[in-house]
Amino acid sequence: MPGRDKRPYWQKYVLKCEATWVILDALEAIHKQDLSLTYRRTCGHGICGSCAVNINGRNQLACEKRVADLPHRIKIKPLPGFSIIRDLVVDLTPVYEHVEAIKPYLITTTKPPERERLQLPSERKKLDGLYECIFCGACTGACPTFWANQGFLGPTALIQACRLLMDSRDEAKEERKETLKTQPGLWQCRSIFNCVEACPKGLNPLKAIVALRKAILVD
Amino acid sequence: MIKHRHQIIIVGAGIAGLVAALEAAQTGNDVAVVSKVFPTHSHSVAAQGGTAAALGNMEPDSWEWHFYDTVKGSHFLGDQDAQALFCKEAIETAYFLEHIGVPFSRTEDGRILQRHFGGHYSESGKGAPVRRTCLAADRIGQAILYTLFGQCLRFKVKFYSEFLVTHILLQDEGCSGVMAWDIVHGEMHTFQGKLTLLATGGCSRLFNISTNSAINTGDGMGMTLAAGLPLEDMEFIQFHPTGLYPWGFLISEGVRGEGGYLLNQNAERFMKVYAPDKLELAPRDIVSRAIQREIEAGQSIEGKPYVYLDITHLPEQLIKEKLPQIREMALKFAGIDPKKQPIPVAPAAHYSMGGIPINIDCEVLADGKKVIVPRLFAAGECACVSIHGANRLGSNSTMECAVFGRRAGRRMAKIAKRLNFLPLPEGQIKEGLGEINALLNRSPKTSLAEVREALREGMTKNCGILREESCLRAQLELIHNLKTAYQGIGLKGIPNEYNLALQEAVELKHMLNLSKAIVQCALARKESRGAHYRTDFPTTDEKDWLRHTLVFMKEGEYELDYKPVVITKFEPEERRF
Repeated sequence: MPGRDKRPYWQKYVLKCEATWVILDALEAIHKQDLSLTYRRTCGHGICGSCAVNINGRNQLACEKRVADLPHRIKIKPLPGFSIIRDLVVDLTPVYEHVEAIKPYLITTTKPPERERLQLPSERKKLDGLYECIFCGACTGACPTFWANQGFLGPTALIQACRLLMDSRDEAKEERKETLKTQPGLWQCRSIFNCVEACPKGLNPLKAIVALRKAILVD
Repeated sequence: MIKHRHQIIIVGAGIAGLVAALEAAQTGNDVAVVSKVFPTHSHSVAAQGGTAAALGNMEPDSWEWHFYDTVKGSHFLGDQDAQALFCKEAIETAYFLEHIGVPFSRTEDGRILQRHFGGHYSESGKGAPVRRTCLAADRIGQAILYTLFGQCLRFKVKFYSEFLVTHILLQDEGCSGVMAWDIVHGEMHTFQGKLTLLATGGCSRLFNISTNSAINTGDGMGMTLAAGLPLEDMEFIQFHPTGLYPWGFLISEGVRGEGGYLLNQNAERFMKVYAPDKLELAPRDIVSRAIQREIEAGQSIEGKPYVYLDITHLPEQLIKEKLPQIREMALKFAGIDPKKQPIPVAPAAHYSMGGIPINIDCEVLADGKKVIVPRLFAAGECACVSIHGANRLGSNSTMECAVFGRRAGRRMAKIAKRLNFLPLPEGQIKEGLGEINALLNRSPKTSLAEVREALREGMTKNCGILREESCLRAQLELIHNLKTAYQGIGLKGIPNEYNLALQEAVELKHMLNLSKAIVQCALARKESRGAHYRTDFPTTDEKDWLRHTLVFMKEGEYELDYKPVVITKFEPEERRF
């Protein structure tokens, strides 16, 4: 832990895992023995996005990675690229600040109708592959551009920006484009594909980044 | 100790808390949301199938039909004034959610798509099942929660994430705020507010097989009990029929709504025995008990305690478009492609129908009946208004959070301006801090995890789907012993920064108090109604038990009281499906 320990160190735990276990089960089993071990966890089944860690070199959700699919020696690290709070808990503030910076909310200026705003299935389909992002930070924590520059918006915020720009109901498209033009993000991405590989939900932030660039340059 | 001051303090960042925050912040109030997790980690995110509103987008529907279904679903224990209001306001609330950006799935002509869910029919129960559940594929919770979180940022709601509220500060003049432990930095803070809303969610983690997130330990309910205030109808715990076996992860009712079958080891659709008319789409209490009966009769799969949920007959495209998350979970956890193989499922603790008694403006009731606790509000699963009575209908919970969170937000916005801050009760703060410090400074004698697991296993075994007096008494005995064991829990030597064990120890204190309340209420209710089923009293007793239970904790002992059910339109009838 920063401030308490002189330098980071590895702690080794030996335990017998059951066939159905995921990494989170293993962490819980260790925590029962060693109450001081700390990590984030909430839903336990891949929807809340709280438990992203680095397992044998790959950023993934601890609650989804099956122990049986890993070798006997498993190395679990906190998500890279973020400052460490303690053990496996990192400070995701940069991700949250970036998300806030892209205005993660639908903006409308016209008075809404009495019933719903209409959106055709073809228009709604444009949000698929975007709105499912769970802010877990696995992608941003895998992004070398972010490692080098914490101000870089990063894939989590950019996929969210794309989700809002693509929403047929949104009435602030120009404002959004302006924000994206001026923030470090869209043009700093080097297409390294780490984000695509890291996303536990199978989303493609790079595709979203390309779509945003296209929207700004072409439309 | 660091001190904060905001006009409105909201505890909990799920749908109820965020709707309230948004509503109050939009009118210019200074609102703070204090949550033990980052807002998007709140358990609302796990809601799948959809949210109920009689929009009539698929076929004719009306709020009156929704009202009848909610009353019958609640096994006539819901308060009909609140239920009618809920069903009416659900419609405008669904449009409100759409207007602020929720990415609902759509009909061909662009309206909100709706699907079948259990217990929702046309013609006040006499007609065909009606598609009333508004969906966003099978991710309604995520779709609503993220939308609300974004809008709250827009209206400058102040978020205190990873702050564990440990005590409600309550004096004669009302609630003056809360104390909360800053999890990241490991220190106590006070939050002084003119008004405080508890939107702390449910307590299904009291049971060892549960669909709920690890955080659903009933903190708000526990703090309310500890503050000398009552809880209502705590014996009614919903067991969702289809938790993914063996974990208990939620497999949405939407799967049956889209046409899924429940099968026993003989590949029989056994629901035809238990609900010959409505089959798999009967209310949840009925389906869960049916599965439990099949398991106990030796009709489950390969002698293990689960049955099959079969959607292999549904088109692959439908599964991918409307149930993508279910498909992903089946593949990732069980290694099953639901198009090719049936999904193993068993009932899992899912939802608390009971909670902190409130009126329709979400004001907390000191006697559980009429007397208001000044400046204290509650909404969402932690509250009981009571919409759900003895059994909640699927897709009514997210909508309850939205409808009543909105009402709470509006009410608080209206009265905050004319109030002053109350002084904080220094004695209570000192006492609360002493409690936390005692845990931190004590050397451990007992294992925190062992106490918690013994409690959770006991609750499932002794106070689960089927209950009887001897088991309930055994559970009281167990809780008594575990409360003694709790005194031996110590956290000495663990750094204060991100001390997960401290959070667990505080939660466990609430869990023990709350479990005892639940078991006491269940023991007293000598009838079967909705989710509360007594094998020693298997029938519903309208004469003696058509009433709400209230439970108070006084110096560790529990007192029960009762109040009548509000009936405005529908008299109790035999509940057949």
